[in-house]
Amino acid sequence: MDKGKGVVMNRRWAIDFTDNSTVPSSRDIPDPPGFSRAPLDQDDSTLSRQKKDAEANWKSQKAWEMAQAPFKNLLMMGFMMWMAGSTVHLFSIGITFSALWQPISALQGVGKVFAPYKDSKVDLLAPKLLFIALNLGGLALGVWKLNSLGLLPTHTSDWVSSLSPAQEVEYSGGGMPLH
Amino acid sequence: MAIRVFLPLLLLFLSSSHLAFSLYEDQVGLMDWHQQYIGKVKHAVFHTQKAGRKRVVVSTEENVIASLDLRRGEIFWRHVLGADDAIDEIDIALGKYVITLSSGGSILRAWNLPDGQMVWESFLSGSKPSKSLLFIPTNLKVDKDNVILVYGNGCLHVISSIDGEVLWKKDLTAEGIDVQQLIHPLGSDIIYAVGLSGLSQFDACQINAKNGELLKHESATFPSGFSGEILSVSSDTFVASDATQSVLVLINVRDSGISFQQTFISDLVQDFSGTAVVLPSKLTGIFSIKTNAFIVFIKVTDEGKLEVVDKIDHGATVSDALSFLEDQQAFALIQHGDNKIQLTVKQGHDWSNDLLKEGIEMDQQRGLVHKVFINNYIRTDRSYGFRALIVMEDHSLLLVQQGEIVWSREDGLASVIDVTTSELPVEKHGVSVAKVEQNLFEWLKGHVLKLKGTLMLASPDEIAEIQKIRLKSSEKSKMTRDHNGFRKLLIVLTRAGKLFALHTGDGRVVWSRLLHSLRKSEGCDYPNGLNIYQWQIPHHHALDENPSVLVVGRCGCSLDAPGVLSIVDAYTGKELNHLGAVHSIVQVIPLPFTDSTEQRLHLLIDADQHAHLYPRTHEALGIFQREFANIYWYSVEADNGIIRGHVLKDNCILEVADEYCFSTRDLWSIVLPSESEKIVATVTRKSNEVVHTQAKVMAEHDVMYKYVSKNLLFVATVAPKAIGGIGLVTPEESWLIVYLIDTVTGRILHRMTHHGSQGPVHAVFSENWVVYHHFNLKAHRYEMSVIEIYDQSRADNKDVWKLVLGKHNLTSPVSSYSRPEVVTKSQSYYFTHTVKNIAVTSTAKGITSKQLLIGTIGDQVLALDKRFLDPRRTVNPTQAEKEEGIIPLTDSLPIIPQSYVTHALKVEGLRGIVTVPAKLESTTLVFTYGVDLFFTRLAPSRTYDSLTEDFSYALLLITIVVLLVAIFVTWILSERKELQEKWR
Repeated sequence: MDKGKGVVMNRRWAIDFTDNSTVPSSRDIPDPPGFSRAPLDQDDSTLSRQKKDAEANWKSQKAWEMAQAPFKNLLMMGFMMWMAGSTVHLFSIGITFSALWQPISALQGVGKVFAPYKDSKVDLLAPKLLFIALNLGGLALGVWKLNSLGLLPTHTSDWVSSLSPAQEVEYSGGGMPLH
Repeated sequence: MAIRVFLPLLLLFLSSSHLAFSLYEDQVGLMDWHQQYIGKVKHAVFHTQKAGRKRVVVSTEENVIASLDLRRGEIFWRHVLGADDAIDEIDIALGKYVITLSSGGSILRAWNLPDGQMVWESFLSGSKPSKSLLFIPTNLKVDKDNVILVYGNGCLHVISSIDGEVLWKKDLTAEGIDVQQLIHPLGSDIIYAVGLSGLSQFDACQINAKNGELLKHESATFPSGFSGEILSVSSDTFVASDATQSVLVLINVRDSGISFQQTFISDLVQDFSGTAVVLPSKLTGIFSIKTNAFIVFIKVTDEGKLEVVDKIDHGATVSDALSFLEDQQAFALIQHGDNKIQLTVKQGHDWSNDLLKEGIEMDQQRGLVHKVFINNYIRTDRSYGFRALIVMEDHSLLLVQQGEIVWSREDGLASVIDVTTSELPVEKHGVSVAKVEQNLFEWLKGHVLKLKGTLMLASPDEIAEIQKIRLKSSEKSKMTRDHNGFRKLLIVLTRAGKLFALHTGDGRVVWSRLLHSLRKSEGCDYPNGLNIYQWQIPHHHALDENPSVLVVGRCGCSLDAPGVLSIVDAYTGKELNHLGAVHSIVQVIPLPFTDSTEQRLHLLIDADQHAHLYPRTHEALGIFQREFANIYWYSVEADNGIIRGHVLKDNCILEVADEYCFSTRDLWSIVLPSESEKIVATVTRKSNEVVHTQAKVMAEHDVMYKYVSKNLLFVATVAPKAIGGIGLVTPEESWLIVYLIDTVTGRILHRMTHHGSQGPVHAVFSENWVVYHHFNLKAHRYEMSVIEIYDQSRADNKDVWKLVLGKHNLTSPVSSYSRPEVVTKSQSYYFTHTVKNIAVTSTAKGITSKQLLIGTIGDQVLALDKRFLDPRRTVNPTQAEKEEGIIPLTDSLPIIPQSYVTHALKVEGLRGIVTVPAKLESTTLVFTYGVDLFFTRLAPSRTYDSLTEDFSYALLLITIVVLLVAIFVTWILSERKELQEKWR
């Protein structure tokens, strides 16, 4: 609004494009009746606001998109896991560990992923939560796969398989007479 | 969790490799050794007629007949007759056959002298058991056949030496004669048989050699009776001692009749007292008697007078007569001195003249001379030389010639009684540099050769060299402990009472000692060794002490004979302590407690059921008192069919107070009905067996808890009728009943009947399973059955969280009185072989899967995976069960030729298989003994925890170096290229 003010001095002529409408009292000419500057004024600010809003909208949209991205991954992972089968071999172990590793690394970089969409006006909490939730879902899928491969100690057998035999209180020896 | 990852991987390995243990041709001898022995020599026959073949044929107490090289003592050929086919006599016929008479005079065999092939065999039947005699007359022909005279089972047989055909047979039991001597005067057709009927009647018979017709039978009664044998001094003069053993009776058989002539021994020998025995010898005109102080040589003059020729020390040994030249006879005499033996060869008719007199240095550890056989040879100056084959107290065999021991054989090792092991000393640091440098070139050369071999660049000569290096690796025969625990000492007790320490690397004798306590002494006439136990195994806090073993013996054969104990240092063989003639020893129970010097506590039970604690120290007593209430013992009376459990009560009530002696009382007893059951086998777990886990994980993550108890006894009983051989009873009359008994409470945990089965039963007990071998009469086949015991009361420990948090009672001590609920699984499989012995592999931690080691009737050892004897095998196992390693059910157990542990070798007369864990978990050491010894190393699940023997470290190094160089070169090249790219 006071953009050109400082440059007005020492000029032979100048056209002041500045709009002083906001200060009607300082104007020589009164506004024609029925003319109101206010709406125009308002319009201008609305434009920039709109622009900003659009950007924010776009950001939040992107953020949501970003947040939903792991879902696709999840589906893809699920497919891969189905393909890998349930026996332990190099391929299935590789798939499972990548399925575990991806969500973990994504979760570690949550801030970084959403950094470009950071805005005071954009609420990133919800997309972040969705992102985290989906990644956790991915992680859960990985863990489930790990378990279905039998690599998680969830059965009794995993806990007792190396349990040494119980000590005996009594001791008995003997047998047939030596000969 | 880790197990679940590795199990499938392990199975993958196993299924890709061969199921069984096998080895390549060039691996033979790398980790195994085999030693051949013959046992204590009973008879020896020399044959040196042909100059090229200097051999001696011997028969031994282990029922071995062997031909030995006289130059080096090696075995040319050898035959081991069955355990119940004892050799009575051997001789040589026709100069080309070795004739053996065995089984109490009922089997006569001829073996080809050069190669030991059997030429013929005849079975001689008779009416009643008697003394057996083999007599090969020099020139007696019946129908142009050279014949052999055999007296056995009361019958006189004349057998053709060409084909073994019995030409005629004369039953002398009808005449009531027990023949003692057979005589055939040269050139006549009459055989004279002299003997006794009853105790006091002397008989002489003349038998026509052509047809067995009894020509003449004379007898005379000697009122005071005879004792022992009748010795022939000449063709018509015989010597015997009377029933009191103080009078010598000279018997003359003339045409006029039989006359007796009595001479009191005290008249001949001045300071004679007690009794005298006529020593069997075959000298003409002279004989010897043995009193408790002397051996007296007595000459029979032509007039029939007795004359004492010489009197020598009681410990001397006399050989049989040897005829040389035309009519000369010589015999050898061995007398003992300090560290020396004196060999004298004398001529029969000329006493004053010694043909030979030599002093020979003798190792004290060989003991006394037991037997001597002499043989003559012609020296280069055409005079006669003599060599003597000497059998020592420790059963070793020596050949002595020209005052020196030409060779010696440790044949005591053919009769091993018991085996235990000992660790070797820890390697001391600070090996001298010079020694390493000296070997550096050799070491480098070896590695270069090995590398060449791996890269297939080696010439045949070099390959042979590599094989030689591999076989003679000094690494395996070092006298220090190795990282893998392959090098150990095998402490072996032999029947002679000698203890040997054998090195597991190459089987050499590290030390040997004739145990003082197991030697004949005052008050202990017939000592015999029983068992060896590990007395002291130094661990962390007693490392500077040597390990020691306890040898238990007994004076005499009866159970209440006094026992002897000795403690022997396992590194040096020094007898640290010996107790002679203590209380009787019926059982020895090593307790699971040790004192501060790592001496194991042992409980010795005597015939009065008193328990004696050893070592006799206050500390041991203190430890024992603490555990007093928890120590039980049990006894199995196989003859009465009673199994009793006992508990310790308090100190014995004896005349002399003994705080180390405890009285016991009966706690329980199981009486088996004697009319229907007879105990044939009992077996328990080895007390030192290590079990890794109590749980057995099955398919679908199911868990079963093993019933692992050291107090379990497996007992097998059969119908008393079916005790004899196979074929004596019908399947309906025969049954086999097996029991699993808790020896603390006497509770029978399991009982099972096999109808139509019979013994012999061989069983092995390990972890929670028993495998036993028996004969199925219905199927006419041998069977192997398995019983696995599981603890049902633990089965409901299924809550994962409790297990994660450790809130379970699975590892808390259990008592047999808690009456665990057990379930058993069992299954039987057919097995082709007759079995002599079964053992099971044992490893350091008990993780590695088990193999059964089966000593077959062919004297080989077969390794059979325990997986084949899994009671859970089904015809169509599910996928999960297959993953678990369950083999589809088959009715018989496979015998894979590659799984013979003994590969191409035989352990003749196999009696025992001992397995000892190495330090490396995958590996176990197997020692098999019989007449032969065999040792090898086994890896039941292959060596998953170490690289193979032939792994080429050099190749690995070279690969790494080449890779590094390649990386470096490519890096430089790429740098250079990049630079050029940038300049463009």
